[in-house]
Amino acid sequence: MQRRTFLNYAGNLVGSAIIGNMSLSKVSKAEDFVTLPFDNGARPLVRYPGKRPLIQLTARPPQLETPFSVFNEGVITPNDAFFVRYHLSDIPLSIDPDTFRLNIKGKIDRALSLSLSDLKNDFEPVEIVAVNQCSGNSRGFFNPRVAGGQLANGAMGNARWKGVSLRHLLDKAGVQAGVKNVTFAGLDEPVNPQTPDVVKALDIDHARNGEVIIAYSMNGEDLPWLNGYPLRLIVPGYYGTYWLKHLNEIVVIDTDFNGYWIEKGYRIPANSCACTEPGATPLATIPINRFNVRSFITNFTDNAHCPVNTPTTFQGIAFDGGYGISEVLLSIDDGQSWLTTTLGKDYGNYSFREWQATIKLTKGLHNIKVCATNRIGQSQPQRALWNPAGYMRNAVETVRVIAS
Amino acid sequence: MFLSLTKALMASIVLLTLCSLEARSKPLTYKLPDREEQRLRPGAGSDAAQNNCLSCHSVDYIETQPKNQGLKFWENEVSKMIKNYHAPISEEDAKIIADYLSKTY
Repeated sequence: MQRRTFLNYAGNLVGSAIIGNMSLSKVSKAEDFVTLPFDNGARPLVRYPGKRPLIQLTARPPQLETPFSVFNEGVITPNDAFFVRYHLSDIPLSIDPDTFRLNIKGKIDRALSLSLSDLKNDFEPVEIVAVNQCSGNSRGFFNPRVAGGQLANGAMGNARWKGVSLRHLLDKAGVQAGVKNVTFAGLDEPVNPQTPDVVKALDIDHARNGEVIIAYSMNGEDLPWLNGYPLRLIVPGYYGTYWLKHLNEIVVIDTDFNGYWIEKGYRIPANSCACTEPGATPLATIPINRFNVRSFITNFTDNAHCPVNTPTTFQGIAFDGGYGISEVLLSIDDGQSWLTTTLGKDYGNYSFREWQATIKLTKGLHNIKVCATNRIGQSQPQRALWNPAGYMRNAVETVRVIAS
Repeated sequence: MFLSLTKALMASIVLLTLCSLEARSKPLTYKLPDREEQRLRPGAGSDAAQNNCLSCHSVDYIETQPKNQGLKFWENEVSKMIKNYHAPISEEDAKIIADYLSKTY
Protein backbone atom coordinates (compact mmCIF):
# COMPACT_ATOMS: atom_id res chain seq x y z
CA MET A 1 0.00 0.00 0.00
CA GLN A 2 2.73 2.37 0.98
CA ARG A 3 4.62 1.37 -2.10
CA ARG A 4 1.67 2.13 -4.30
CA THR A 5 1.16 5.53 -2.71
CA PHE A 6 4.81 6.19 -3.22
CA LEU A 7 4.42 5.51 -6.92
CA ASN A 8 1.40 7.76 -7.24
CA TYR A 9 3.14 10.48 -9.18
CA ALA A 10 2.82 11.13 -12.90
CA GLY A 11 5.64 9.27 -14.56
CA ASN A 12 7.65 8.80 -11.44
CA LEU A 13 11.31 8.03 -12.05
CA VAL A 14 11.71 6.56 -8.60
CA GLY A 15 9.16 3.90 -9.55
CA SER A 16 11.29 2.71 -12.44
CA ALA A 17 14.43 2.78 -10.34
CA ILE A 18 12.83 0.54 -7.73
CA ILE A 19 11.78 -1.95 -10.37
CA GLY A 20 15.34 -1.98 -11.64
CA ASN A 21 16.50 -3.21 -8.26
CA MET A 22 13.93 -5.95 -7.91
CA SER A 23 14.30 -9.45 -9.24
CA LEU A 24 12.51 -10.01 -12.53
CA SER A 25 10.19 -12.69 -11.18
CA LYS A 26 9.05 -10.37 -8.45
CA VAL A 27 8.25 -7.66 -10.99
CA SER A 28 6.16 -9.96 -13.15
CA LYS A 29 4.08 -10.99 -10.15
CA ALA A 30 3.73 -7.80 -8.18
CA GLU A 31 2.32 -5.29 -10.63
CA ASP A 32 3.58 -1.75 -10.30
CA PHE A 33 1.28 1.14 -11.07
CA VAL A 34 1.55 4.82 -11.66
CA THR A 35 -1.41 7.14 -11.42
CA LEU A 36 -1.44 9.84 -14.07
CA PRO A 37 -2.75 13.17 -12.70
CA PHE A 38 -6.30 13.00 -14.09
CA ASP A 39 -9.40 11.01 -13.22
CA ASN A 40 -9.06 7.26 -13.89
CA GLY A 41 -5.32 7.62 -14.47
CA ALA A 42 -4.06 4.37 -12.89
CA ARG A 43 -1.79 2.49 -15.30
CA PRO A 44 0.44 -0.56 -14.94
CA LEU A 45 4.17 -0.18 -15.56
CA VAL A 46 5.01 -2.99 -17.95
CA ARG A 47 8.38 -4.13 -19.25
CA TYR A 48 8.35 -5.10 -22.94
CA PRO A 49 11.44 -6.68 -24.56
CA GLY A 50 13.85 -3.89 -25.50
CA LYS A 51 12.05 -1.41 -23.26
CA ARG A 52 12.40 -0.35 -19.64
CA PRO A 53 9.13 -0.44 -17.66
CA LEU A 54 6.78 1.96 -19.44
CA ILE A 55 3.28 3.21 -18.67
CA GLN A 56 0.95 0.79 -20.44
CA LEU A 57 -2.14 2.49 -21.82
CA THR A 58 -3.30 -0.59 -23.72
CA ALA A 59 -2.01 -4.13 -24.19
CA ARG A 60 -3.53 -5.17 -27.53
CA PRO A 61 -2.26 -3.50 -29.57
CA PRO A 62 0.51 -2.11 -27.32
CA GLN A 63 0.41 1.56 -26.43
CA LEU A 64 3.14 2.61 -24.03
CA GLU A 65 3.80 6.04 -22.58
CA THR A 66 7.20 7.33 -21.49
CA PRO A 67 7.46 8.17 -17.76
CA PHE A 68 7.86 11.95 -17.71
CA SER A 69 11.06 11.86 -15.62
CA VAL A 70 12.85 10.41 -18.67
CA PHE A 71 12.71 13.87 -20.29
CA ASN A 72 14.98 15.14 -17.53
CA GLU A 73 17.67 12.56 -18.36
CA GLY A 74 18.85 14.33 -21.49
CA VAL A 75 17.82 15.95 -24.74
CA ILE A 76 17.69 12.60 -26.55
CA THR A 77 15.02 10.11 -25.48
CA PRO A 78 16.64 6.68 -25.04
CA ASN A 79 15.37 3.92 -27.34
CA ASP A 80 14.28 1.77 -24.40
CA ALA A 81 12.10 4.60 -23.06
CA PHE A 82 10.60 5.86 -26.32
CA PHE A 83 6.79 5.77 -26.42
CA VAL A 84 4.87 3.21 -28.49
CA ARG A 85 1.62 3.70 -30.34
CA TYR A 86 -0.14 1.18 -32.59
CA HIS A 87 -3.66 1.35 -34.03
CA LEU A 88 -4.22 -2.20 -35.24
CA SER A 89 -3.73 -5.40 -33.30
CA ASP A 90 -2.13 -7.64 -35.91
CA ILE A 91 1.37 -6.31 -35.35
CA PRO A 92 4.37 -8.04 -36.96
CA LEU A 93 6.12 -10.44 -34.56
CA SER A 94 8.53 -12.01 -37.05
CA ILE A 95 10.59 -10.10 -39.62
CA ASP A 96 13.47 -11.47 -41.69
CA PRO A 97 15.91 -8.61 -42.26
CA ASP A 98 17.38 -10.46 -45.27
CA THR A 99 14.15 -10.99 -47.14
CA PHE A 100 12.39 -7.79 -46.02
CA ARG A 101 11.73 -5.45 -48.94
CA LEU A 102 10.57 -1.86 -49.24
CA ASN A 103 8.48 -1.58 -52.40
CA ILE A 104 8.02 1.69 -54.26
CA LYS A 105 5.41 1.70 -57.00
CA GLY A 106 2.76 3.77 -58.76
CA LYS A 107 3.34 6.72 -61.05
CA ILE A 108 7.10 6.28 -61.31
CA ASP A 109 9.45 5.30 -64.14
CA ARG A 110 11.09 2.40 -62.27
CA ALA A 111 9.32 0.35 -59.60
CA LEU A 112 11.80 -0.47 -56.84
CA SER A 113 12.03 -3.34 -54.37
CA LEU A 114 14.82 -2.57 -51.96
CA SER A 115 16.41 -4.72 -49.28
CA LEU A 116 17.78 -3.22 -46.09
CA SER A 117 21.32 -3.56 -47.44
CA ASP A 118 20.27 -1.81 -50.67
CA LEU A 119 19.00 1.09 -48.59
CA LYS A 120 22.16 1.20 -46.48
CA ASN A 121 24.64 0.74 -49.33
CA ASP A 122 23.13 2.40 -52.39
CA PHE A 123 22.05 5.69 -50.85
CA GLU A 124 23.94 8.42 -49.07
CA PRO A 125 22.83 8.22 -45.41
CA VAL A 126 21.13 11.28 -43.96
CA GLU A 127 20.56 12.15 -40.29
CA ILE A 128 18.25 14.40 -38.35
CA VAL A 129 17.39 14.92 -34.69
CA ALA A 130 13.62 15.19 -34.54
CA VAL A 131 10.77 15.00 -32.06
CA ASN A 132 7.99 12.51 -32.61
CA GLN A 133 4.80 13.35 -30.78
CA CYS A 134 1.44 11.62 -30.78
CA SER A 135 -1.44 13.82 -31.98
CA GLY A 136 -3.28 12.90 -28.78
CA ASN A 137 -0.36 13.49 -26.41
CA SER A 138 -1.79 14.97 -23.17
CA ARG A 139 -5.40 14.10 -24.12
CA GLY A 140 -6.11 13.02 -20.54
CA PHE A 141 -5.84 16.68 -19.45
CA PHE A 142 -8.67 17.84 -21.73
CA ASN A 143 -11.52 19.46 -19.88
CA PRO A 144 -14.21 18.48 -20.65
CA ARG A 145 -12.71 15.05 -21.21
CA VAL A 146 -12.85 13.47 -24.67
CA ALA A 147 -12.80 9.86 -25.85
CA GLY A 148 -9.55 8.32 -27.06
CA GLY A 149 -6.19 7.28 -25.64
CA GLN A 150 -5.99 8.92 -22.21
CA LEU A 151 -2.36 10.02 -22.26
CA ALA A 152 -0.44 12.33 -19.98
CA ASN A 153 2.57 14.17 -21.44
CA GLY A 154 4.70 11.12 -22.24
CA ALA A 155 3.64 10.32 -25.81
CA MET A 156 6.58 12.23 -27.26
CA GLY A 157 10.28 11.67 -27.69
CA ASN A 158 13.35 13.09 -29.39
CA ALA A 159 15.79 10.91 -31.32
CA ARG A 160 18.58 10.99 -33.88
CA TRP A 161 17.18 9.27 -36.96
CA LYS A 162 19.39 7.98 -39.74
CA GLY A 163 18.35 6.56 -43.06
CA VAL A 164 17.60 7.34 -46.68
CA SER A 165 16.19 10.66 -47.85
CA LEU A 166 12.75 10.08 -49.37
CA ARG A 167 13.74 12.60 -52.06
CA HIS A 168 16.73 10.46 -53.09
CA LEU A 169 14.51 7.39 -53.22
CA LEU A 170 11.86 9.13 -55.32
CA ASP A 171 14.55 10.55 -57.63
CA LYS A 172 15.87 7.04 -58.19
CA ALA A 173 12.35 5.79 -58.93
CA GLY A 174 11.67 8.70 -61.31
CA VAL A 175 8.45 10.47 -60.35
CA GLN A 176 6.17 11.07 -63.35
CA ALA A 177 4.54 14.38 -64.25
CA GLY A 178 1.20 15.27 -62.65
CA VAL A 179 1.77 13.34 -59.43
CA LYS A 180 -0.07 14.63 -56.35
CA ASN A 181 0.50 12.41 -53.29
CA VAL A 182 2.78 9.72 -51.95
CA THR A 183 1.19 7.09 -49.67
CA PHE A 184 2.86 4.98 -47.00
CA ALA A 185 1.91 1.68 -45.37
CA GLY A 186 3.59 -0.72 -42.97
CA LEU A 187 3.50 -4.36 -41.93
CA ASP A 188 0.93 -3.94 -39.14
CA GLU A 189 -2.55 -5.03 -40.17
CA PRO A 190 -6.10 -4.96 -38.82
CA VAL A 191 -7.47 -8.11 -37.18
CA ASN A 192 -10.73 -7.65 -39.06
CA PRO A 193 -9.91 -7.36 -42.78
CA GLN A 194 -12.80 -4.87 -43.16
CA THR A 195 -11.03 -2.38 -40.86
CA PRO A 196 -9.15 0.20 -42.93
CA ASP A 197 -5.41 -0.51 -42.86
CA VAL A 198 -3.28 2.39 -41.69
CA VAL A 199 -2.19 4.25 -44.82
CA LYS A 200 -1.07 7.88 -44.69
CA ALA A 201 -0.21 10.32 -47.45
CA LEU A 202 2.00 13.37 -47.97
CA ASP A 203 1.79 15.92 -50.77
CA ILE A 204 4.45 15.24 -53.40
CA ASP A 205 6.21 18.55 -52.62
CA HIS A 206 6.42 17.64 -48.94
CA ALA A 207 7.64 14.13 -49.79
CA ARG A 208 10.40 15.65 -51.95
CA ASN A 209 11.46 18.49 -49.64
CA GLY A 210 14.60 16.65 -48.54
CA GLU A 211 13.62 16.45 -44.88
CA VAL A 212 11.46 13.32 -44.91
CA ILE A 213 13.53 10.23 -44.14
CA ILE A 214 13.11 6.48 -44.28
CA ALA A 215 14.98 5.65 -41.10
CA TYR A 216 16.75 2.36 -40.38
CA SER A 217 18.57 3.67 -37.34
CA MET A 218 17.49 5.46 -34.17
CA ASN A 219 20.10 6.90 -31.80
CA GLY A 220 22.81 4.82 -33.46
CA GLU A 221 21.03 1.46 -33.22
CA ASP A 222 18.51 -0.49 -35.27
CA LEU A 223 15.02 0.84 -34.66
CA PRO A 224 13.44 -0.79 -31.60
CA TRP A 225 10.89 -3.38 -32.69
CA LEU A 226 7.93 -1.51 -31.24
CA ASN A 227 9.08 1.76 -32.82
CA GLY A 228 8.85 0.31 -36.32
CA TYR A 229 11.77 -2.05 -36.98
CA PRO A 230 13.25 -2.27 -39.59
CA LEU A 231 12.10 0.98 -41.29
CA ARG A 232 10.12 3.97 -40.17
CA LEU A 233 9.01 7.10 -41.99
CA ILE A 234 10.34 10.24 -40.28
CA VAL A 235 8.29 13.36 -41.01
CA PRO A 236 10.07 16.07 -39.01
CA GLY A 237 7.77 18.60 -37.33
CA TYR A 238 4.65 16.57 -38.10
CA TYR A 239 2.55 14.55 -35.67
CA GLY A 240 3.35 10.88 -35.19
CA THR A 241 0.38 9.69 -37.23
CA TYR A 242 2.49 10.27 -40.37
CA TRP A 243 5.51 8.39 -39.01
CA LEU A 244 4.54 4.98 -40.42
CA LYS A 245 6.16 2.04 -38.62
CA HIS A 246 7.44 -1.20 -40.21
CA LEU A 247 7.27 0.76 -43.50
CA ASN A 248 7.22 -1.58 -46.49
CA GLU A 249 5.14 0.13 -49.17
CA ILE A 250 5.33 3.53 -50.83
CA VAL A 251 2.92 4.39 -53.65
CA VAL A 252 3.14 7.50 -55.81
CA ILE A 253 -0.32 8.55 -57.02
CA ASP A 254 -1.76 11.24 -59.31
CA THR A 255 -4.81 11.91 -57.13
CA ASP A 256 -5.38 13.28 -53.64
CA PHE A 257 -5.39 10.24 -51.36
CA ASN A 258 -8.79 9.73 -49.75
CA GLY A 259 -8.25 6.76 -47.42
CA TYR A 260 -9.86 6.61 -43.98
CA TRP A 261 -6.79 7.71 -42.01
CA ILE A 262 -6.60 11.03 -43.91
CA GLU A 263 -10.25 11.60 -44.92
CA LYS A 264 -11.90 10.74 -41.58
CA GLY A 265 -9.24 10.08 -38.95
CA TYR A 266 -6.77 12.59 -37.53
CA ARG A 267 -8.63 15.74 -38.53
CA ILE A 268 -8.52 19.08 -36.74
CA PRO A 269 -10.79 22.13 -36.92
CA ALA A 270 -9.90 24.21 -39.99
CA ASN A 271 -9.09 27.41 -38.11
CA SER A 272 -5.91 29.03 -36.85
CA CYS A 273 -6.24 27.66 -33.29
CA ALA A 274 -7.35 24.15 -34.37
CA CYS A 275 -9.99 24.56 -31.68
CA THR A 276 -13.71 24.84 -30.97
CA GLU A 277 -15.80 25.83 -27.98
CA PRO A 278 -15.83 22.84 -25.60
CA GLY A 279 -18.44 20.36 -26.79
CA ALA A 280 -18.91 21.99 -30.21
CA THR A 281 -18.44 20.28 -33.58
CA PRO A 282 -16.14 22.09 -36.02
CA LEU A 283 -17.75 23.45 -39.20
CA ALA A 284 -14.83 22.30 -41.35
CA THR A 285 -11.79 20.12 -40.72
CA ILE A 286 -8.36 19.50 -42.26
CA PRO A 287 -5.80 16.72 -41.72
CA ILE A 288 -3.62 17.27 -38.65
CA ASN A 289 -0.16 18.48 -39.66
CA ARG A 290 2.62 20.41 -37.89
CA PHE A 291 3.26 20.50 -34.14
CA ASN A 292 2.37 23.64 -32.28
CA VAL A 293 4.79 25.09 -29.70
CA ARG A 294 5.25 23.30 -26.36
CA SER A 295 7.53 23.59 -23.35
CA PHE A 296 7.93 21.67 -20.11
CA ILE A 297 9.69 21.88 -16.78
CA THR A 298 11.38 18.49 -16.35
CA ASN A 299 13.22 18.64 -13.04
CA PHE A 300 10.30 19.47 -10.72
CA THR A 301 7.00 17.66 -10.40
CA ASP A 302 3.89 19.02 -8.68
CA ASN A 303 4.32 19.57 -4.94
CA ALA A 304 8.08 19.08 -5.07
CA HIS A 305 10.10 21.03 -2.49
CA CYS A 306 13.03 23.36 -2.92
CA PRO A 307 15.06 25.41 -0.39
CA VAL A 308 13.95 28.96 0.53
CA ASN A 309 15.89 31.98 -0.89
CA THR A 310 18.54 29.71 -2.33
CA PRO A 311 19.61 29.68 -5.99
CA THR A 312 17.63 26.81 -7.54
CA THR A 313 17.94 25.72 -11.14
CA PHE A 314 14.80 24.99 -13.12
CA GLN A 315 15.26 23.19 -16.42
CA GLY A 316 13.28 21.60 -19.18
CA ILE A 317 12.63 21.24 -22.86
CA ALA A 318 10.79 23.11 -25.62
CA PHE A 319 9.98 22.29 -29.24
CA ASP A 320 7.83 23.32 -32.18
CA GLY A 321 6.90 22.25 -35.70
CA GLY A 322 10.26 23.02 -37.27
CA TYR A 323 10.88 26.76 -37.17
CA GLY A 324 13.06 26.47 -34.09
CA ILE A 325 12.62 27.76 -30.55
CA SER A 326 13.75 31.35 -30.12
CA GLU A 327 12.85 31.99 -26.48
CA VAL A 328 11.68 30.18 -23.37
CA LEU A 329 10.28 32.28 -20.50
CA LEU A 330 9.73 31.24 -16.89
CA SER A 331 7.27 32.74 -14.45
CA ILE A 332 7.55 32.21 -10.70
CA ASP A 333 4.47 34.32 -9.85
CA ASP A 334 1.73 32.42 -11.66
CA GLY A 335 2.22 34.27 -14.95
CA GLN A 336 2.31 37.86 -13.61
CA SER A 337 5.88 38.42 -14.82
CA TRP A 338 8.28 36.43 -16.97
CA LEU A 339 12.02 35.78 -16.77
CA THR A 340 14.28 34.83 -19.64
CA THR A 341 16.01 31.45 -19.57
CA THR A 342 19.22 30.21 -21.16
CA LEU A 343 18.77 27.89 -24.10
CA GLY A 344 20.89 24.75 -24.40
CA LYS A 345 22.72 23.37 -27.42
CA ASP A 346 20.88 23.67 -30.73
CA TYR A 347 20.39 20.22 -32.29
CA GLY A 348 18.37 21.63 -35.19
CA ASN A 349 14.89 23.03 -35.65
CA TYR A 350 13.11 19.71 -35.13
CA SER A 351 14.77 18.71 -31.88
CA PHE A 352 13.91 19.30 -28.24
CA ARG A 353 15.70 22.46 -27.11
CA GLU A 354 16.84 22.42 -23.51
CA TRP A 355 16.47 25.53 -21.37
CA GLN A 356 17.39 26.46 -17.81
CA ALA A 357 17.15 29.29 -15.33
CA THR A 358 18.39 29.74 -11.77
CA ILE A 359 16.05 31.53 -9.40
CA LYS A 360 15.39 32.07 -5.69
CA LEU A 361 11.98 31.37 -4.21
CA THR A 362 10.47 32.89 -1.09
CA LYS A 363 8.92 30.61 1.49
CA GLY A 364 5.65 29.05 0.40
CA LEU A 365 3.82 27.64 -2.61
CA HIS A 366 4.70 28.92 -6.09
CA ASN A 367 3.05 28.25 -9.43
CA ILE A 368 5.99 28.01 -11.81
CA LYS A 369 5.05 28.41 -15.47
CA VAL A 370 7.01 27.93 -18.67
CA CYS A 371 6.20 29.40 -22.09
CA ALA A 372 8.15 29.07 -25.35
CA THR A 373 8.10 31.09 -28.58
CA ASN A 374 9.40 29.96 -31.95
CA ARG A 375 11.22 31.89 -34.67
CA ILE A 376 8.01 32.87 -36.46
CA GLY A 377 6.46 34.22 -33.26
CA GLN A 378 4.15 31.32 -32.45
CA SER A 379 3.75 30.73 -28.73
CA GLN A 380 1.55 28.85 -26.25
CA PRO A 381 -1.94 29.72 -24.98
CA GLN A 382 -2.24 30.55 -21.27
CA ARG A 383 -5.47 28.56 -21.14
CA ALA A 384 -5.85 25.19 -22.84
CA LEU A 385 -7.65 25.09 -26.18
CA TRP A 386 -10.22 22.39 -26.86
CA ASN A 387 -11.16 20.23 -29.85
CA PRO A 388 -13.39 17.13 -30.05
CA ALA A 389 -10.60 14.64 -30.80
CA GLY A 390 -8.29 15.82 -28.00
CA TYR A 391 -5.37 16.67 -30.27
CA MET A 392 -2.55 19.24 -30.09
CA ARG A 393 -2.74 20.28 -26.45
CA ASN A 394 -0.09 22.93 -25.88
CA ALA A 395 -1.22 25.19 -23.03
CA VAL A 396 1.41 26.83 -20.83
CA GLU A 397 2.37 24.20 -18.24
CA THR A 398 2.35 24.94 -14.51
CA VAL A 399 4.24 23.12 -11.77
CA ARG A 400 3.43 23.80 -8.09
CA VAL A 401 6.66 24.03 -6.13
CA ILE A 402 6.93 24.48 -2.36
CA ALA A 403 9.89 26.45 -1.03
CA SER A 404 10.50 25.28 2.54
CA MET B 1 50.30 -20.45 -60.62
CA PHE B 2 48.85 -23.71 -59.35
CA LEU B 3 49.14 -22.46 -55.77
CA SER B 4 47.35 -19.23 -56.49
CA LEU B 5 44.59 -21.13 -58.29
CA THR B 6 44.14 -23.35 -55.24
CA LYS B 7 44.07 -20.27 -53.05
CA ALA B 8 41.45 -18.67 -55.26
CA LEU B 9 39.39 -21.85 -55.21
CA MET B 10 39.59 -22.07 -51.42
CA ALA B 11 38.69 -18.42 -51.11
CA SER B 12 35.61 -18.89 -53.27
CA ILE B 13 34.56 -21.95 -51.23
CA VAL B 14 34.84 -19.87 -48.06
CA LEU B 15 32.87 -17.12 -49.76
CA LEU B 16 30.17 -19.55 -50.89
CA THR B 17 29.88 -20.98 -47.40
CA LEU B 18 29.50 -17.49 -45.97
CA CYS B 19 26.87 -16.62 -48.53
CA SER B 20 24.84 -19.73 -47.89
CA LEU B 21 25.06 -19.08 -44.15
CA GLU B 22 23.68 -15.63 -44.73
CA ALA B 23 20.94 -16.93 -46.99
CA ARG B 24 19.82 -19.29 -44.23
CA SER B 25 19.54 -16.52 -41.65
CA LYS B 26 16.47 -16.82 -39.50
CA PRO B 27 13.80 -14.17 -39.16
CA LEU B 28 13.95 -12.03 -36.05
CA THR B 29 11.02 -12.46 -33.71
CA TYR B 30 9.45 -10.37 -30.97
CA LYS B 31 7.78 -11.78 -27.90
CA LEU B 32 5.10 -9.67 -26.27
CA PRO B 33 5.00 -9.84 -22.46
CA ASP B 34 3.28 -12.93 -21.14
CA ARG B 35 0.79 -11.04 -19.08
CA GLU B 36 -2.84 -11.82 -18.43
CA GLU B 37 -5.20 -9.35 -20.07
CA GLN B 38 -7.68 -7.38 -18.03
CA ARG B 39 -11.28 -8.68 -18.12
CA LEU B 40 -14.54 -6.85 -18.68
CA ARG B 41 -16.38 -5.81 -15.55
CA PRO B 42 -19.44 -7.95 -14.79
CA GLY B 43 -22.84 -6.54 -15.75
CA ALA B 44 -25.86 -7.07 -17.98
CA GLY B 45 -24.60 -7.03 -21.57
CA SER B 46 -21.01 -8.00 -20.82
CA ASP B 47 -21.40 -11.07 -23.08
CA ALA B 48 -22.22 -8.89 -26.07
CA ALA B 49 -19.18 -6.72 -25.32
CA GLN B 50 -17.03 -9.82 -24.86
CA ASN B 51 -18.11 -11.24 -28.23
CA ASN B 52 -17.89 -8.03 -30.23
CA CYS B 53 -15.20 -5.78 -28.77
CA LEU B 54 -12.38 -8.00 -27.62
CA SER B 55 -11.58 -9.67 -30.93
CA CYS B 56 -9.95 -6.42 -32.07
CA HIS B 57 -8.63 -4.81 -28.88
CA SER B 58 -7.96 -5.35 -25.19
CA VAL B 59 -10.30 -4.28 -22.37
CA ASP B 60 -8.01 -1.43 -21.30
CA TYR B 61 -9.27 0.53 -24.34
CA ILE B 62 -12.55 0.70 -22.42
CA GLU B 63 -11.23 0.69 -18.87
CA THR B 64 -8.97 3.75 -19.33
CA GLN B 65 -11.70 6.03 -20.71
CA PRO B 66 -12.89 8.78 -18.36
CA LYS B 67 -15.51 7.50 -15.92
CA ASN B 68 -19.25 8.16 -15.88
CA GLN B 69 -19.45 9.67 -19.34
CA GLY B 70 -22.99 8.48 -19.92
CA LEU B 71 -24.90 6.74 -22.70
CA LYS B 72 -24.24 9.28 -25.47
CA PHE B 73 -20.45 8.97 -25.03
CA TRP B 74 -20.56 5.18 -25.31
CA GLU B 75 -23.10 5.20 -28.16
CA ASN B 76 -20.64 7.39 -30.06
CA GLU B 77 -17.81 4.97 -29.33
CA VAL B 78 -19.75 1.90 -30.45
CA SER B 79 -20.93 3.77 -33.53
CA LYS B 80 -17.32 4.75 -34.30
CA MET B 81 -16.30 1.09 -34.15
CA ILE B 82 -19.07 0.13 -36.58
CA LYS B 83 -18.92 3.05 -39.04
CA ASN B 84 -15.21 3.85 -39.03
CA TYR B 85 -13.58 0.51 -38.28
CA HIS B 86 -16.30 -1.74 -39.77
CA ALA B 87 -16.77 -3.86 -36.65
CA PRO B 88 -19.47 -6.42 -37.53
CA ILE B 89 -21.78 -5.54 -34.62
CA SER B 90 -25.54 -6.02 -35.03
CA GLU B 91 -27.86 -3.10 -34.27
CA GLU B 92 -29.27 -5.03 -31.32
CA ASP B 93 -25.82 -5.80 -29.87
CA ALA B 94 -24.71 -2.20 -30.41
CA LYS B 95 -27.54 -1.01 -28.14
CA ILE B 96 -26.80 -3.64 -25.50
CA ILE B 97 -23.07 -2.82 -25.52
CA ALA B 98 -23.54 0.96 -25.26
CA ASP B 99 -26.00 0.43 -22.42
CA TYR B 100 -23.65 -1.97 -20.60
CA LEU B 101 -20.64 0.34 -21.01
CA SER B 102 -22.50 3.44 -19.83
CA LYS B 103 -23.75 1.65 -16.72
CA THR B 104 -20.51 -0.16 -15.91
CA TYR B 105 -17.68 2.27 -16.75
